[in-house]
Amino acid sequence: MKLLFERSCPGRGADLLPPCDVPAASFDASLLRGAAPRLPEISEIDLGRHYTELAKQTHGVNDGFYPLGSCTMKYNPRVNEEMAALPGFTQIHPLQPVETAQGCLEAIYTAEKLLCEITGMDGMTFQPAAGAHGEYTGLLLIRNYHLSRGDTARTKIIVPDSAHGTNPASATMAGFKVVSIPSNPEGGVDLDALRAAVGPDTAGLMLTNPNTVGLFDPNILEITKIVHDAGGLCYYDGANLNAVMGHVRPGDMGFDCVHINLHKTFSTPHGGGGPGSGPVGCKSFLEAFLPTPRVAKTESGYAFSTPEASMGRVRSFYGNFLVVIRALTYVLTLGKEGIPEASAGAVLNANYLMKKLEGVYDMSCDGLCMHEFVMSLERTAHDLGVTAMDVAKRLLDFGMHPPTMYFPLIVHEALMVEPTETESPETLDAAAEVFLKIMEEAKADPESLHNAPHDCAISRPDEVTAARSPIVRYDFDA
Amino acid sequence: MGSYIPATREERQRMLETIGLTSMDQLYDIVPEEARVKNLDLPEGMSELEVAQKVSAMADGNRQFRSIFRGAGAYRHYIPSIVKTVTSKEEFLTAYTPYQAEISQGVLQSIFEYQTQMCELTGMDVSNASVYDGATAAAEAVFMCQERKRATAVISGTVDPQTIAVIKTYCESRDVPVVVIPADNCSTDLEALKAALTKETAAVLVQSPNYYGVIEDMDAVVAATHEVGAKVIMSTNPIAMGLLKTPGEYGADICVAEGQPLGMPLGFGGPYLGIMTCKQAMIRKLPGRIVGQTTDHDGRRAFVLTLQAREQHIRREKASSNICSNEALCAMTASVYLAAVGPKGLRQAAESSAAHAHYLAAELEKIGFKLRADKPFFHEFLTDCPVAPEKICAALEERGILGGLPVDGGILWCCTELNSRSDIDSLVAILGEVCA
Repeated sequence: MKLLFERSCPGRGADLLPPCDVPAASFDASLLRGAAPRLPEISEIDLGRHYTELAKQTHGVNDGFYPLGSCTMKYNPRVNEEMAALPGFTQIHPLQPVETAQGCLEAIYTAEKLLCEITGMDGMTFQPAAGAHGEYTGLLLIRNYHLSRGDTARTKIIVPDSAHGTNPASATMAGFKVVSIPSNPEGGVDLDALRAAVGPDTAGLMLTNPNTVGLFDPNILEITKIVHDAGGLCYYDGANLNAVMGHVRPGDMGFDCVHINLHKTFSTPHGGGGPGSGPVGCKSFLEAFLPTPRVAKTESGYAFSTPEASMGRVRSFYGNFLVVIRALTYVLTLGKEGIPEASAGAVLNANYLMKKLEGVYDMSCDGLCMHEFVMSLERTAHDLGVTAMDVAKRLLDFGMHPPTMYFPLIVHEALMVEPTETESPETLDAAAEVFLKIMEEAKADPESLHNAPHDCAISRPDEVTAARSPIVRYDFDA
Repeated sequence: MGSYIPATREERQRMLETIGLTSMDQLYDIVPEEARVKNLDLPEGMSELEVAQKVSAMADGNRQFRSIFRGAGAYRHYIPSIVKTVTSKEEFLTAYTPYQAEISQGVLQSIFEYQTQMCELTGMDVSNASVYDGATAAAEAVFMCQERKRATAVISGTVDPQTIAVIKTYCESRDVPVVVIPADNCSTDLEALKAALTKETAAVLVQSPNYYGVIEDMDAVVAATHEVGAKVIMSTNPIAMGLLKTPGEYGADICVAEGQPLGMPLGFGGPYLGIMTCKQAMIRKLPGRIVGQTTDHDGRRAFVLTLQAREQHIRREKASSNICSNEALCAMTASVYLAAVGPKGLRQAAESSAAHAHYLAAELEKIGFKLRADKPFFHEFLTDCPVAPEKICAALEERGILGGLPVDGGILWCCTELNSRSDIDSLVAILGEVCA
């Protein structure tokens, strides 16, 4: 389909602004740009249709099943959107006097209390704008804590090889060296490897639990104890919190700080890649290092405060505030009973779908899973030449978003399936049928799967050429 | 209690039986008993009506000003109706990062269009798909410039203080030295800047229009910086790009900007948009998602996430940045905004903002609010204040006006196309009364 620039026609477009009612400001010509930017000139109806066409080539949660492992693509309730669009929030300048922004501060304060209770933490910052940003912030808490005690030798962060790629990348950004330890076949921490890895140079451990294979690590209390006994701290990557919220809290598993993804667990939309929000919670002994400002409740209302040993800022203002409003709305809606019910529902749906596929697809592990499960197409790839990629691409023809492919790295030909709690049994049954049908196709006609998808706008784009000779903007002169 | 789970109690029971269990509790048998939640101290869940009332009451606890003369990093501009219509489309709103190109061409193409627009706007060669905000964009840009023997970041003291604060946080943990050049009467002290440059300087960051609204002498900054072999990072305001000389025209290596003025509401500070563009030579150092054009197996034009070898999910601890989620929907917002206003409307927004600011400055001078610096400015400026700034602001707030921001003993004023002449005249009249 055409690009915006290919729809442009000189002279088109609506008058959106009135003529200026004061004299023009004069600038020296040397300060002015030479030529106008080549922005499209387009009528409003054509602009609207352009994006309607783009929308038709975009698959969101509202278009169909989206079991993208590790991303928790649950339903994004509409009331959240309506609350975040209230002019009483959208029209508030971030540098308004706090007396005139008490509602915003109350919202942040309330969200902090609720999410601290869910994570078992004592304090929280909403400044991080995404999960990886939260990881970075949490690691700075760990770094500043050790440095405040004069413990300069703690320069290493332990990360299991099953971890999300952001974990080691965040550790590097926070100035740490990464020690990668092997996982056991269930994706859990190898206790002997952990014991061998910890020492006086250990700053901390980064962990998701349930892990990226979708299993809860039953040794979790032992794991956090090993790290603590060695003088390190424990960081909880909240990417998989949707499996356990309301049932077990990171704080009670022995974690000292945690980031959560409001755009996963707490139902805020992902917007095709953001905005997210990655608040970081911590135990009381780390609160002094949190970013500035924090919201405090005083006798004369809500106020901003700066923690005494604050790391400074990790973003401007107070983070993705309107995303926090959506998450707050969600937590208030579900409440005490709804929060644990949601996670139990997610675990039930994952196990139900896994059960339906067992025997036809190889599961990476036996027994119950948590909110997601990982299948390995290794045998199919070997016997039939049909890979995880082939299956994923064929799913597209059935209007389904594929699972996460080729992750975690410790499972070969992995497909990671996370149905979430907001899918009905009928949707899961229908998805199971599609998966089973594709395996039949793989046996009957493996060749056809290599060319899937057949019914999408495009099929199997050439990524190698894209990276080798990058074209990353429209060529007006072509 | 609200719930978004479709399965009924009976259906859940049937599903439990399918997996060989009898109760939901058994799903958590693996969790050690001593770690389990005994009593979750949350309020009872609520109906949608009750929640809407509760959250709306919080919104009502804020004061909405009918007239805003405050900027300092967050700017109120007119947002065309079509912007919200497009960006509320559920397909865009509820999609994840476009990993599966075949069913994500809409999002991918929109990012490609955004990248093109950002290049046009800033006069640079390449753009990424966005980062969190203007401040983190600046911090990421500093790291793009790191070379084996060049680490130091030299930053003008006229850069937004929050941006400087974020850069300091980012650099501290990686032992990157940061030198901040004190401001010289609202603009960069060029002599001090030159004196700070060494062969260890990796990057110089200057903002123009700067925090005080002043248009910097970027030609001098670029010449001095390139003379020592360091990179120039220019931070700018995207609306100003409708009128003012671009980072590309000045010869900057990287451009960063806070993209909020392009169609995003004030929203108490976020979500906002971090714009990053750079010269072609630095493309493989650019952090974050980048969308590229290619063809599919039938030869059709197609868009994909590209140059992923830079990124965390491939490179892990050796990645150029840890960024994963960015601000995609905000990037689309900016893109729709720019397409809606077009080159003419963008210029109009820039000219109108500047004109109103200059009109306000002249009117304020007449009643004793002297401009701090006699230097060219865009849509913000710092004045002295004949009475205590707090007194001024309080008097304005009483009349529903958010005045300029008290800064350095004076007031930092801002105008956009939304501050009409009559609004400015009534502001000045009130100030005249307060100062009389």
